[in-house]
Amino acid sequence: MPINLTINGKPVQAREGQTVLEVCWENHISLPTLCHHPDLTPVGACRLCVVEVEKMRGLIASCTLPATEGMVVRTETPKVVEERKFILEMLLTDHPNDCMTCESNGDCELQNAVYQYQVPWPEHKGARHNYPAGADPNPFVFTDFNKCILCTRCVRACAEIQGRNVWGVAFRGFNDRIVAGADVTMLEAGCESCGACAAYCPTGALTDKPSRGQARSYQMKKVTTTCVYCGVGCQFDLNVRSGRVVKVTSNPKAPVNGMALCVKGRYGYEFIHHPDRLTKPLVKKDGAFVETTWEEALSLIGKKFAQVKKENGADAFATLASAKATNEENYLIQKFTRVVMGTNNVDHCARL
Amino acid sequence: MPTLRSHILISGDPVSLARGAEAIKGAVESELAYYALTDEVAVALSGNLRLAPEQLPAAVIYPDDVTYGPITLNDVPLIVSEHLYKGRIVDALQITTKPLTGAIVRVPAREGALFAQQRVVLARAGIINPESIEDYVAHDGYAALGHALTRMTPAQVVQEITDAGLQGRGGAGFPVGKKLNLVAKAPGEEKFVLCNADESEPGTFKDRLIIEGDPHSVLEGMLLAGYAIGARVGYIYIRGEYHLARERLEQAIRQARAMGLLGEGIFATDFTFDIHVHSGAGAYICGEESALIESFEGKRGEPRIRPPFPTTVGVWGRPTAVNNVESLANLPPIVKNGASWYRSIGTAKCPGTKVYTMLGDVNVTGLIEVPMGTTLRTVIEVYGGGMKQGKPFKLAQTGGSAGAIIDASFLDVPMDFAELAARGGGLGSGALLIAGPDTCVVDLAHVLLRFFASESCGKCVPCRIGTTRAKEILARLADARATLDDIHQLERIANNMQAAAFCGLGQAAAVPILTGLRFFRNEFVAHAEQHCLAGVCPMRGEPPAAKRRFGRKELATAA
Repeated sequence: MPINLTINGKPVQAREGQTVLEVCWENHISLPTLCHHPDLTPVGACRLCVVEVEKMRGLIASCTLPATEGMVVRTETPKVVEERKFILEMLLTDHPNDCMTCESNGDCELQNAVYQYQVPWPEHKGARHNYPAGADPNPFVFTDFNKCILCTRCVRACAEIQGRNVWGVAFRGFNDRIVAGADVTMLEAGCESCGACAAYCPTGALTDKPSRGQARSYQMKKVTTTCVYCGVGCQFDLNVRSGRVVKVTSNPKAPVNGMALCVKGRYGYEFIHHPDRLTKPLVKKDGAFVETTWEEALSLIGKKFAQVKKENGADAFATLASAKATNEENYLIQKFTRVVMGTNNVDHCARL
Repeated sequence: MPTLRSHILISGDPVSLARGAEAIKGAVESELAYYALTDEVAVALSGNLRLAPEQLPAAVIYPDDVTYGPITLNDVPLIVSEHLYKGRIVDALQITTKPLTGAIVRVPAREGALFAQQRVVLARAGIINPESIEDYVAHDGYAALGHALTRMTPAQVVQEITDAGLQGRGGAGFPVGKKLNLVAKAPGEEKFVLCNADESEPGTFKDRLIIEGDPHSVLEGMLLAGYAIGARVGYIYIRGEYHLARERLEQAIRQARAMGLLGEGIFATDFTFDIHVHSGAGAYICGEESALIESFEGKRGEPRIRPPFPTTVGVWGRPTAVNNVESLANLPPIVKNGASWYRSIGTAKCPGTKVYTMLGDVNVTGLIEVPMGTTLRTVIEVYGGGMKQGKPFKLAQTGGSAGAIIDASFLDVPMDFAELAARGGGLGSGALLIAGPDTCVVDLAHVLLRFFASESCGKCVPCRIGTTRAKEILARLADARATLDDIHQLERIANNMQAAAFCGLGQAAAVPILTGLRFFRNEFVAHAEQHCLAGVCPMRGEPPAAKRRFGRKELATAA
């Protein structure tokens, strides 16, 4: 049963269980958000997505408001805009004014919202937090909680996507702070350095340490690729600047993994430009490996395989396949072993 | 099970026991058996009846509230046949002849203490021994439960409470009957009653005194609520600092279990119910019902998204009736005396009584219970003994820290949820802070916002940062470092906080600012012009002539 409601005077339909925010986005009505992410449980903490709803008191956060029949919603009334400006102003009163050097500049949801609502930098005499930036020694995630807006997306991503529950909220009120475990380092709190927290962070509070200072988001070209580390087939975007991969970002449209990646996929890209990396096949000649062509290498392998089969029989041959290869590649390996080599000696490292 | 129509309590103190009280009890039992009254009259050895030694042993018969003494074995047949069988009081044996008017008989009020005009919730507090279930039973305790379990269906109990028009006494005033009905109708096999005893509103201590004075009334209210909604377990979330109240509750639960009033097959019906107590850890936010549930489940005390409301998704995802202590303590009298009796007290829109905690510049502070609709003037003049030193009334804050600051124009408004709300005030949890001319509104608001800033859970932006910024502005106002722009910004913060904070507490934190500005804007403006009209605020660190701040004991020295 579709639910009929009116948003900004326009009749729209919603499905059972949809929130007003989802209905708005589906109907191309833009609403700013900070704490909301479609992958994560809604919390309604930032209040930026507030709307006016007829017959409801005050302003209601649309991310946690289920759409109901006959609802009349207004998303950009003066009252709503004033509230959003107020919220952004409040956030800025406890936020550093350093977009110039901020890693997230150009890719920051807070910056986008402040820009959209043209909130001026508040002249403000009150308290401001001054946490040490980069305090956590994690080799992959850089922390700067001065930029944290306490949206708890990192907390939810770690708990709901990665299942590690590293992050939590400690203290109370203005002194609320995101902490790892019981305020220990990330690694001590059981962090696997998957970087999901940094991927979901809407501001510059959690960023990718190896990429700091390498490039602005708009200076990088995104190239979608499939991870080479294992057979799961995660996809992500290589961020390329001047022909060099400087960063990996999650691709929300990745069919297998969505935003989730492991430490190898997200941060293990340095091998790409490593001088020790093999880029051509090597063949041993006179006791030493020398570079050669694929043609020569493959014909040498074919010759040796045929020789073994002829001299010692097919069962002298066996293949051990890898979990890093895809299912299709593993299928081809066993096909090759059975049909070409004529033996059933097929095994796989993941059988253990 | 047949319903008991009378109780006879034989004094069981050492003196009475030495004079054969147990033999008298045996004789009463055999006489009752002779008249086939065993199922209708309960006999018990009570605790100390607080009578003079020459009047012992004595017997008290309830509900008539008639005391006989001293009595001997020879008097037993007469008492049983005349009083219990025929219903005639034996005047010759009575200690004091009390006319049976049906009115609740009171012990004289302690000198200097507050006297009560009409007590429903506190009917027994201060009269019975709160550590004795026998005392509670002797004062009609658990009669409502027995009546409900044996003669009413759960739906009838809900209907009775709905008809009575009881509104939640935690502050929001949500109709209790409606809430119980929602939980009763919510899908799910397992349901819970959760008593909110996390009384964290500064200046409010009614729930503590209700529990300390009459713990069984809360248990009985929970049993009735549990029966009404089909719950088998109830929990009490009690404020961590309430040690005595917690001990009293736990003892009361042990006593009720021993008497079969908690556990399986209560009153020989198939109703099963048990109650457990859980202590909070000192957070204001945990008085908000959904944060209370989070905290109860062992999580960080932060409010939940609503809907779904606790009535459908509460403790461990089950439908839960979360009720304030005072609301629950109202249930036994309503069930016992009926909705129309309850509606005869208080106002048409808000029936019943309200327990207030009165503090501030009145001569007598403390706990009072008066009918809804009693005016602030009456409360101050009659129960508060007038303003301290005869000074004029300046303002009151009703409902604790998050309550409205109201001025003298409210003195003659009948106080109930509806009337105060219609005038921009609020009854809240029942704290009445009364202040005279030595109080500065800016100073008061500053103290309140300091509290809110330190107690905000920090979940949502408007409350987390808004309370701190408001506190800073008020501090600047009090120190003559603020401008008119700051007042404008203060009002803006409060308006936006009220409109969009995540939970009721964040929204209510704006109330003292907005009502303070509404009724006393001139004082705020004066501070921006570097004057404190009440002579309280330090104003650039210089101590004023008559310094007096909230939260301190210092009194005005001015005559």
